[in-house]
Amino acid sequence: MEAFTTHTGRAVPLRRSDVDTDQIIPSDWLKRIERTGFGAGLFSEWRADESFVLNNPAYAGASILLAGMDFGTGSSREHAVWALQDYGFRAVISARFADIFRGNALGNGLLPVQLAARTVERLQTAVEQDPTLEITVDLVAREVRGADVTASFELDDFTRWRLLEGLDDVGLTLRHEELVTAFERTRPAWLPTTG
Amino acid sequence: MGRTLAEKVWDAHVVREAEGEPDLLYIDLHLVHEVTSPQAFEALRLAGRPVRRTDLTLATEDHNVPTTDTLLPIADPVSAAQVEALRGNCAEAGVRLFPMNDPGQGIVHVVGPQLGLSQPGMTIVCGDSHTSTHGAFGALAFGIGTSQVEHVLATQTLPQRRPRTMAVTVEGDLPPGVTAKDLILAIIARIGTGGGAGYVIEYRGAAIRGLSMEGRMTVCNMSIEAGARAGMIAPDETTFAYLAGRERVATGTDWDDAVAYWRTLGSDPDAEYDHEVVIDATTLTPYVTWGTNPGQAAPLGSPVPTPEDYADPAARASAQRALTYMGLTAGTPLSEVAVDTVFIGSCTNGRLSDLRAAAEVLRGRRVADGVRVLIVPGSMLIKAEAEAEGLDEVFEAAGAQWRSAGCSMCLGMNPDTLAPGERSASTSNRNFEGRQGQGGRTHLVSPEVAAATAVTGRLTAPADL
Ligand code: SF4
Repeated sequence: MEAFTTHTGRAVPLRRSDVDTDQIIPSDWLKRIERTGFGAGLFSEWRADESFVLNNPAYAGASILLAGMDFGTGSSREHAVWALQDYGFRAVISARFADIFRGNALGNGLLPVQLAARTVERLQTAVEQDPTLEITVDLVAREVRGADVTASFELDDFTRWRLLEGLDDVGLTLRHEELVTAFERTRPAWLPTTG
Repeated sequence: MGRTLAEKVWDAHVVREAEGEPDLLYIDLHLVHEVTSPQAFEALRLAGRPVRRTDLTLATEDHNVPTTDTLLPIADPVSAAQVEALRGNCAEAGVRLFPMNDPGQGIVHVVGPQLGLSQPGMTIVCGDSHTSTHGAFGALAFGIGTSQVEHVLATQTLPQRRPRTMAVTVEGDLPPGVTAKDLILAIIARIGTGGGAGYVIEYRGAAIRGLSMEGRMTVCNMSIEAGARAGMIAPDETTFAYLAGRERVATGTDWDDAVAYWRTLGSDPDAEYDHEVVIDATTLTPYVTWGTNPGQAAPLGSPVPTPEDYADPAARASAQRALTYMGLTAGTPLSEVAVDTVFIGSCTNGRLSDLRAAAEVLRGRRVADGVRVLIVPGSMLIKAEAEAEGLDEVFEAAGAQWRSAGCSMCLGMNPDTLAPGERSASTSNRNFEGRQGQGGRTHLVSPEVAAATAVTGRLTAPADL
């Protein structure tokens, strides 16, 4: 996993709430068995509409998505995170994320930053007025800075450390393998096996 | 202080606890399908790691499989390659797989319960958000992403933060003609698509106790549509009766031990939830969705809502967008909305009881002219059971198409899709834009309403036939 410390970049405002993962990456794209190349499928149905914000050349190269409330609802498809990253996003800012999407993002080093709805709105307005504006997402300080906004966000110490170091969970868990084996010896006999 | 059902199951699975870190949870059952697993198996291969517990892992082919001509090779080469990848991965790792045409094949969330693999008190995961279905048995069951699939394959555990708990208490009995699907649509309309975020929901109360296991699965299945990763129902006699005698369920004294443990799982009387919601079942009527998320639902007897009536600007904008996409005018009675297609199936409503309910409505009636009706059983076993009861004949006599098992038009990864602008009444769980095919318009309904809609060609409750 790519480490995340601090990132500064331009941002694109997506003023829609309840953006589900079927929209982020439509199911046609889920047939692929690779982990890469999903950027072309990002919001592909919406991108067919010329007026969709991602088609606005002023936002080309933006690396922070300023999303509406309840981003990433619906399907558990991690492809949504892969598509956002492949397209070039390093962080998504929203007032609330769906749990599975948030977990998938944290597992891949795409930073989901939760800020108050008012703050997200102010940032959206600021980049609408000036698309060249840069925003900094600082994981070390747990802070977002940009326009006239300085806002701190919450992320637990452990997850922050894992992201700063770019550590993958499997490696961390395998360090506790003897505990897993010990737990397995206590499991009751009636539990089912798949046969 | 007492503990909730969710807390009891959680506590029984903690392998490691450390200050400030997520708990490491043991996973009792890992279900796998072709869409979310290839990259996980590939990562294991690259790291040279084996699957730790193949005996707690089960795979099935469901999302891509065609529901007609299933003996022919899959026509779409990309779908075929994905199914082939699953076969290769399972063979290499030694994971049991139900391939297309196997009598055990079906939708992943239908296969687990029908084998008796989904049991009270277990932790169950799958790279699929509707894993919440298995919570109907009093299991803690939730969907995970592909990196987590890899993690569970490698370690049989998952690092997880302890969720908060929410009680949804449904008081009173459901009126006749009102189903588990109507109930869950009403619950989501009430708490919203994000209302369950961060929570495990426990459904309780008289109306829940009165549901069959199939009905409970329908309710828990759609917990994710309220933003909750898991929904749970405390196990009771209904649960034990469903499980007894199934293929993967213990027998003899092991069964006695299991039941004795299961009886201890219900939430303690003094347990506290972080949030509580109470719903009155007695006032409910059949529900349908009008918009593009499952929270945008209303009683079938009401009109398409008017966006201006929403106080919250985001909800108003979302309703406006939804009506444009759905091609609906505010104020139109929902019962006048005409459909082109009816889909009865999916992990929400593709079980035998759902097919029986639909057949009851269609028996001796005809599908309206020009309406395409697809009936897709949730598994090959359900297909065989339905055929043994002659349900297939009822459907075909009515003019509906009787298909083979799979996810089918729930998400349209196989050839069963809506064309742009086509409108469906669907017993599935998601009415997102394009979910059933690019430009398709979906109304979520119960199997009973789907069948009645097939007869009239517009959204209809059986009582109005
Ligand atoms: S039936 Fe639909 S919701 Fe259920 S597993 Fe298949 S695609 Fe997912």
